[in-house]
Amino acid sequence: MSMPNLRACLCVAIVASAGSTIGRAQEGPGLGVPATPEQVSGWAISILPDGTGLPAGSGTAAAGAEVYAEKCVACHGVDGAGMPNDQLVGGHGTIATATPVRTIGSYWPYATTVFDYVRRAMPLVAPQSLTNDETYALTAYLLHLNGIIDEDDVMNARTLPRIEMPNRDNFVRAVP
Amino acid sequence: MTNLERTPEAASPLLEPVAGNGLLHRRLFLTGSAALVGAAGLEFMSVRPAAAAPPEVPVWMKTPGAGMSPYGTRSRYEEGVVRAVGATSGTVGTGASRTPLERLEGIITPGALHFERHHNGIPDIDPAEHRLLIHGLVDRPLMFDLESLSRYPLVSRIQFLECSGNSGANNAPQAPQQSASGIHGLVSCSEWTGVPLGVLLEEAGVRRTARWIVAEGADAAAMSRSIPKLKALDDAIVAIYQNGERLRPGNGYPMRLFLPGWEGNACVKWLRRLQVTAEPAMTKDETSKYSDLMPDGKALLFTFPMGVKSVITSPSGGLSMRGPGLYQISGIAWSGAGRIRSVEVSADGGRTFAAAALEDPVLPKALTRFRMPWRWDGGAAVLQSRAIDETGAVQPTRQALLAERGAAFRYHYHAIQSWEVSPEGGVRNVYA
Repeated sequence: MSMPNLRACLCVAIVASAGSTIGRAQEGPGLGVPATPEQVSGWAISILPDGTGLPAGSGTAAAGAEVYAEKCVACHGVDGAGMPNDQLVGGHGTIATATPVRTIGSYWPYATTVFDYVRRAMPLVAPQSLTNDETYALTAYLLHLNGIIDEDDVMNARTLPRIEMPNRDNFVRAVP
Repeated sequence: MTNLERTPEAASPLLEPVAGNGLLHRRLFLTGSAALVGAAGLEFMSVRPAAAAPPEVPVWMKTPGAGMSPYGTRSRYEEGVVRAVGATSGTVGTGASRTPLERLEGIITPGALHFERHHNGIPDIDPAEHRLLIHGLVDRPLMFDLESLSRYPLVSRIQFLECSGNSGANNAPQAPQQSASGIHGLVSCSEWTGVPLGVLLEEAGVRRTARWIVAEGADAAAMSRSIPKLKALDDAIVAIYQNGERLRPGNGYPMRLFLPGWEGNACVKWLRRLQVTAEPAMTKDETSKYSDLMPDGKALLFTFPMGVKSVITSPSGGLSMRGPGLYQISGIAWSGAGRIRSVEVSADGGRTFAAAALEDPVLPKALTRFRMPWRWDGGAAVLQSRAIDETGAVQPTRQALLAERGAAFRYHYHAIQSWEVSPEGGVRNVYA
């Protein structure tokens, strides 16, 4: 390689480096261990608003009511009325007032968030203990109590992402 | 005092007030004449009679001291300097502990006093069993452990961490009668050391369609937040050391995400998973919580940077003055946008301000210590501090912030704090 070409190559490399993700000419020793699809799927519990990540299974409000009575009511009250912990139902029409009541029905912008959060974090004393069917059922129950779906509507990987939450259009992203 | 030659105060221009109600020039304590004034100020401090005071020889000089210990502890006389711990009803590990700002000095928060906010307790993680998984829109899903991360090129930076719910107590209609810690104690500052996140993402090969990184913790809440890729590739690190030692369990041991200048909740502790995505996950903690509800009912998502802010920590709520005389007002200022350019202090409730001295180092996205000499005449006073950062952003008044944000917002409260000093010497929170 002649000198001019080498210089041109170096320039390209420097520009690429400056514009790259690192920008500080740092490089790792490459110690990451490849993860198998099985390893990834065992850990990947995030549910995206488009339904990415939703597992097989399904549930209705009636089944959800039974799970709720057993595992949720002590913290969230009868019919999701709250106390001692968060109120989950109601508050509709309060969000633009001086005393907003933020619930799943009045505030949350995405129904997929209910599944994601319940599965990863609830119940508080035994997180990640619910089956996917139980989680779908609880999600259906909470959406039904908030008047968003009918009692017989089945929630699954296909139906849940299609739910239009009442307050969704009031959310504005500060980062596009 | 008769043998103390007191210079007439008018002799030094630094002793002329620079703003109302007794504020003196910020350089006063740096001058020779300040020593004299300082000594005069001390006359108001009572010196307790003590068995070890002159002419007696203290007992600890007459017997060998204690032995050394493998891991140090503070003096037993300082054991009252603690975090205020508050847990959610019915839980042990859901809640927050607050840094005792008014009992500390300088800019570094001791690890044991760093604030904590947990969503379902502190996990007891064996680092040999812990993995960080990077997957999603990457060419190569990869796993890392603490040992492997420790071999990567590390960076260290002194930076603040603040919960975006900090200071929200001052949004109540009546000024809460709490200390600086009780109101503002969800901010701390440490030297954080870790691996630039961009290095790990580059190794995994982030695809062009990627715009977000969904971060998740290994706690019993599997706390999860979506982070813009631009921040992840800018100055984000996977932190593995805090103030020179491994992270404390309450601050994410063995590894946490650290996003300089951004709200604490997004700096996911016990980091176990980074899922590279095209869109945010819209997790509970970025929609239902940590979103900024505006008076018109609109709610802003992803308002990550912490606003320019300051608070006087001495004197502050719950402390008491020892009588009229010279005092040093001391406080902290910070901004998620960069360095603090200046801090102005008022002793008359914001009618007049004068520039405080900034203690070196003044670092970007770090706490900056400010100091201001004040001759308290024993009358009523309202102390305020107002920070300005290097972008020119000015800390707002409470009135201005509430006018913009309404009365019901929870996060990103960063208005000017007012401490009222009564003629009796009591200090309390007021809305001025």
